[in-house]
Amino acid sequence: MTSTYPTFAAIWEALPPARDFFAAQGLPMPAPKAAPADYFAALSPDALAEVGTDAATLSARFADFLAALPRLRADAPRVASLTVRGGTGKDGRPEHLDLTLCPGDVAALVGPTGSGKSRFLADVEWLANGDTPTGRRVLLDGKTADAAGRLAASGRLVAQLSQNMHFVMDLTVREFLVAHAESRLLADAPAAAEAVEGLANELAGEPFGPDTALTALSGGQSRALMIADVARLCASPIVLVDEIENAGIDRRKAISLLTGSGKIVLMATHDPLLALTAGRRLVFAAGAVAAVIATSPEEHASLAALAQADAKLAALRDSLRRGGSLCFSQEK
Amino acid sequence: MADPARERLRFVQLVTVAGPPSSGKTSVLLKLAAVLGRQGRRLGVVKFDCLTGRDKDVFDAAGIPCAAGQSGALCPDHFFVCNASDAHAWGLSRGLDVLAVESAGLCNRCAPHVEGALAVCVVDNLSGIDTPAKIGPMLRLADVVAVTKGDVVSQAEREVFAFRVRRANPRATVLFVSGLTGQGAEALAHVVAGAPATPSLDGASLRFTMPAAVCSYCLGQRKIGTDHQMGNVRKMDFPREPA
Repeated sequence: MTSTYPTFAAIWEALPPARDFFAAQGLPMPAPKAAPADYFAALSPDALAEVGTDAATLSARFADFLAALPRLRADAPRVASLTVRGGTGKDGRPEHLDLTLCPGDVAALVGPTGSGKSRFLADVEWLANGDTPTGRRVLLDGKTADAAGRLAASGRLVAQLSQNMHFVMDLTVREFLVAHAESRLLADAPAAAEAVEGLANELAGEPFGPDTALTALSGGQSRALMIADVARLCASPIVLVDEIENAGIDRRKAISLLTGSGKIVLMATHDPLLALTAGRRLVFAAGAVAAVIATSPEEHASLAALAQADAKLAALRDSLRRGGSLCFSQEK
Repeated sequence: MADPARERLRFVQLVTVAGPPSSGKTSVLLKLAAVLGRQGRRLGVVKFDCLTGRDKDVFDAAGIPCAAGQSGALCPDHFFVCNASDAHAWGLSRGLDVLAVESAGLCNRCAPHVEGALAVCVVDNLSGIDTPAKIGPMLRLADVVAVTKGDVVSQAEREVFAFRVRRANPRATVLFVSGLTGQGAEALAHVVAGAPATPSLDGASLRFTMPAAVCSYCLGQRKIGTDHQMGNVRKMDFPREPA
């Protein structure tokens, strides 16, 4: 592997993260003009003692490292359709489910705590193939994934957004978004970061700037940033949203931002407005999907009235924030 | 059915599990044991600690066979390697299918990983984005990196963290495992199922060397100063003040 590159300069050019090998091991950084074989042969006994091995082993490890680097580029799988076939509930009764979702679809997951919503998500994430406690089968584009595909997709298929998630890194909004864009190996990370900032500011009630520290964002701002980031920078084709709270962000706009980015949205919610935004509701009971309810025309019609009521509440919140009055009537 | 079971008695699958303190090693093992148990496979744990640990109680309570030892005044890595063969023999004698050898954080220099046995490193999302680069051979030489505590950080941070793990060790399979809900434990069980069988540890090799010994402090010296230093002593070059 190393012999295909005459010098380290050629390696850095083809595989920039290859530098990490030396930094991580505490080895002296090779001169760009040096040939890999010469570098390893010339390592001092002290340097070798430090990394606990000999030159030949080290050289072989570097070759392995280079060979594995393309894995960094392995992005989330593209999904044209996600199908979930029923298994059995906690009581052993069969789950009658044959659900197919396509990019842009929103399904609401409803049911009390412990009714099986998390397990459903875990089944999707692991592309269950009758081998989890529920016995469900999850198909991508109508096909079961093989073992290698399941492992490669693991952790990349489903993005999660829930209320108890926080930003913990000590970075500014811009620094962080650039780091996220770089982790996707995007060519123009600063531009991607700027786009996410703009979107997040459209969602958030109060604007924030690129130099704001992540940890200083308000609840609404931080939720808005998470949603905009998942919509634009996150590669996962499926998003699980666990109840977007009212904290000053436009919830319907948030969902449409995700679906507009071609995500399949699974949304656990107790919020009637959000539930009606979804085309279908999966009703969970005893560890299984007990019913799939398509939003009826009547329900759909009530969406407008609900949205109005919601807008009123939002206006009240805004007024409260600005020190205004809090007069409310059902009519106006 | 009887024959494969007997085979397993002689060929336990050894898995080394390492990670910084409180990264969630024990929780991950509990969830892994539950998944393996559903598949009719029995996991046992040998836990190497530096000082005290309550983990044995946790494993006992879950009905998971566990042996625990404390290194006390010894270098924890040396303690581990001196007892590794016996730990393996214990696993065989208990008829385990999978033996997890769990070591506490140690000093981050060494790794308990053994050639020919599955090596798992557990790191958590709260430990900072530079951790994957800093953590050393424990992560760099692992076959599987299980990332925990993803439920409390943003999706974006999980992704940046996982990327940095992959960059530090591109060979490894990176999995997200929740010690709370067990999400991801099936994926880990899947990898463990494919782990090589380890008939014996006698003659097996560590993936990384132990620290160089022996100096006077190894032998109990407490006094500071050149006069009290003997053996393997290394001096730092401090920058001199310009005149």
